[in-house]
Amino acid sequence: MNVGHAPDVQRPSAAPSSDGSAGPFTGTGQLFRLAARRDRVRLPVWLIGLTAVIGASTNALVGFYDTPVKQAGYAATVENSAVSRLMGGTPYDVDTFGGILAYEITAVAGVTVALMVIFLVTRHIRGEEESGNAELVRSAVTGRHAALAATLALASVASGLAGLLVAGVLALSGVAVGPSLLFGAGLAAIGLAFTAVAAVAAQVASTARTALGGAILVMLALFIVRGIGAVEDNWLTWLAPFGWQDEIRPFGERAQGWPLLVSIGFAAVVLALAAWLAARRDFGAGLLQARAGRPTAAGWLRTPMALAFRMQRGLLLAWGVGLVVLAAVFGAVGREVRTMIDSNPEVGQVILGQIDDVVLGYLSFVTHFMGVTVATYAVVSALRLRREEESGRADAVLAGGVSRTRWALSGIVVTAGCSALMAVAVGLGVGLTHGLVSDDMARVGPLLGAALGTLPAVWTLAAVAFALHGWVPRWTALVWLPTAWAFIQAYLGDLLDFPDGISGLSPFWHLPKVPAESFEPVAFVVLTGLALALTALGVAGLRRRDLA
Amino acid sequence: MAAIELRDVVKTFGAVRALDGFDLEVEAGEVHGFLGPNGSGKSTAIRLLLGLLRPDSGGATLLGGDPWRDAPTLHRRLAYVPGEVNLWPNLTGGEVIDLLGRLRGGLDQRRRADLVERFGLDPTRRCGTYSKGNRQKVALVAALASDVELYLLDEPTSGLDPLMEAEFQTWVRESRPEGSTVLLSSHILAEVEALCDRVSIIRAGRRVQSGTLADLRHHTRTTVVADTSADDETTAAALRGLAGIHHLSLERGRLVMEVESHDLAGVLRHLADLGVTSLQAHPPTLEELFLHEYGEVPT
Repeated sequence: MNVGHAPDVQRPSAAPSSDGSAGPFTGTGQLFRLAARRDRVRLPVWLIGLTAVIGASTNALVGFYDTPVKQAGYAATVENSAVSRLMGGTPYDVDTFGGILAYEITAVAGVTVALMVIFLVTRHIRGEEESGNAELVRSAVTGRHAALAATLALASVASGLAGLLVAGVLALSGVAVGPSLLFGAGLAAIGLAFTAVAAVAAQVASTARTALGGAILVMLALFIVRGIGAVEDNWLTWLAPFGWQDEIRPFGERAQGWPLLVSIGFAAVVLALAAWLAARRDFGAGLLQARAGRPTAAGWLRTPMALAFRMQRGLLLAWGVGLVVLAAVFGAVGREVRTMIDSNPEVGQVILGQIDDVVLGYLSFVTHFMGVTVATYAVVSALRLRREEESGRADAVLAGGVSRTRWALSGIVVTAGCSALMAVAVGLGVGLTHGLVSDDMARVGPLLGAALGTLPAVWTLAAVAFALHGWVPRWTALVWLPTAWAFIQAYLGDLLDFPDGISGLSPFWHLPKVPAESFEPVAFVVLTGLALALTALGVAGLRRRDLA
Repeated sequence: MAAIELRDVVKTFGAVRALDGFDLEVEAGEVHGFLGPNGSGKSTAIRLLLGLLRPDSGGATLLGGDPWRDAPTLHRRLAYVPGEVNLWPNLTGGEVIDLLGRLRGGLDQRRRADLVERFGLDPTRRCGTYSKGNRQKVALVAALASDVELYLLDEPTSGLDPLMEAEFQTWVRESRPEGSTVLLSSHILAEVEALCDRVSIIRAGRRVQSGTLADLRHHTRTTVVADTSADDETTAAALRGLAGIHHLSLERGRLVMEVESHDLAGVLRHLADLGVTSLQAHPPTLEELFLHEYGEVPT
């Protein structure tokens, strides 16, 4: 598409000015089509993936809650479940079929849509500026706000489509069309809100990576705030877009559309801020300016391993903070599990004498879930090796008297070591906060052990990345498939009840649910061995092939 | 002893034959120009010498070793500047220079400081904020500050301004370590002409010429411009039928032609008889040589 073709851009679709001269939005239509074309694979993958996961979940639920008795049972369960509240928010109308379906999928759908637009917006605004593509576009007849407007339009379209698709899935599952659409609209509104958040992040940060990380951090913080609000049943839910969606309550008699306006209003205000910032910063710069660095390297920066570690310092810090906060929240909520059971005599009677089991079950879920999250870090870290090769930076190291094995091992050791460090942080985070709120430090040790017990599965996923990198470098990113699967299995596995052969594709499935179940040395050793074998395989492949 | 020797090397990427029976010899101690248009296989040949690529067939020797098998040991004796310089965006230029030098076993701090000064590089900035030219400077300083036997330079001055290019040339001529070898890939002909003892020309993965500039020129034509006192018809008649003259043009006593080098003596004898009042002859520039090798006629 020819963005520089003046006669075309002189009649922009977004903001035609009366005299035909260029305004701040000139060229938006052209840029929108360019952006849509560049994302013609990526965006459908997000949308189809979302629809597939949501479709599978609702499909599994349909038979479970077809009678009022079963629905009431569900309501009783989740209304008293801290985990449900933390992840799914305040349960409204969960004694209706639509309410149940929506409550089960809301966390996955909301976070996925938010991530989709955050990736999209930061990539198109900040990433384009970094690669220099945007400079060509800016030099053509395009207005100051055209690139931003085009990106936001694309993100809005994507959010709208996501909402429609999810509404369609609900409707096909047998939920009434009106409420389904209202739920979908709520989802689209989440997309809109985070489009605005990402737009601001893209103006404030001076690199695409910082913008992406910042926006995701804000998203996770808002998700946790909403979750805590729902657990404590207080006003905190009103601070986050996820909470505004809950307040629509599409499936009961108190359905209301006006919380949508809160999201839209929030998006409008935040977008105005983004536009104001955009107009005030230099091209390529951010509000946070890069500082001058050291003119010479520190004494320890002299080996490939030191370099690999130095390159991951930021990654390690960001993930470390994020994981510890998440672990602390999970740990602290552990107390609520007990409180809720104590305060509800009926539930208490059903599981009398098993309160400890419920708490243990909760902590096992947390350990498993956090393990998969640590694995995500490990995969990101493992993929750094491929990035080094692809960018040509590996050439510089390998031309400096470093063997391929040594180069590969530097990345592998840093990934393995740092993910172990993360597991320690997670285990201590959950254990200490849980110990503090429940006045019982006896669980710190076992929880730390449980977190370390997930490491073989973490390493196995990272090793898949190393093996792919060694033999089929172009397809290294496929490691995200088993990683995404591990997440789905961890979060929805009990619900979807897959055959063992399919669940077993997640390495985490093979590990016992510690601390509810006891540690199994065989699984630990076998998975660690598998990780080592895959890694060795990857190094062997790397030693014999051409480098990119 | 040859510092670099490639014999009948073939390297394919899928259907593309990037190197197609390629030969290259670089003697120890010489500055060897490696010329060819974009996509002719220069970078492939250099990356092969670095052991980053493995040849499909043919023999390769680098500093007496096997570039694939002995890569790490050989690399301690060489320095490399890639054609496209990508650096770690969150390290500063200074950090990268030190790191790359230390990987090779340390670099000369005095030379490092001198080169940073000469190239006008700000070593405190992060590589992510450098322009292409500045990234090039970082790679150059890192390579040139190390005391090694062989410098593999893949278009080292692309992206540098003329002043910096001159600094680079000064280094090659005056400051490089005694006895060191330089393989200088380039498509900037003037640079090669100014620096190189010998030149190899690569085209579509094959070597089409190799030798000293004098050798190469011997095979080609000299441009001769002369003013004569004779009228144009006489001149034309005198030169007609002489061997080795091409592209003759005549206008009001001014004569421009190209003469094959080995016929130059005979042509000049005839010119003398025509009463030459002024004469310029210049040997073919590398540019003309280059075009000659690609089958196009210099204008």
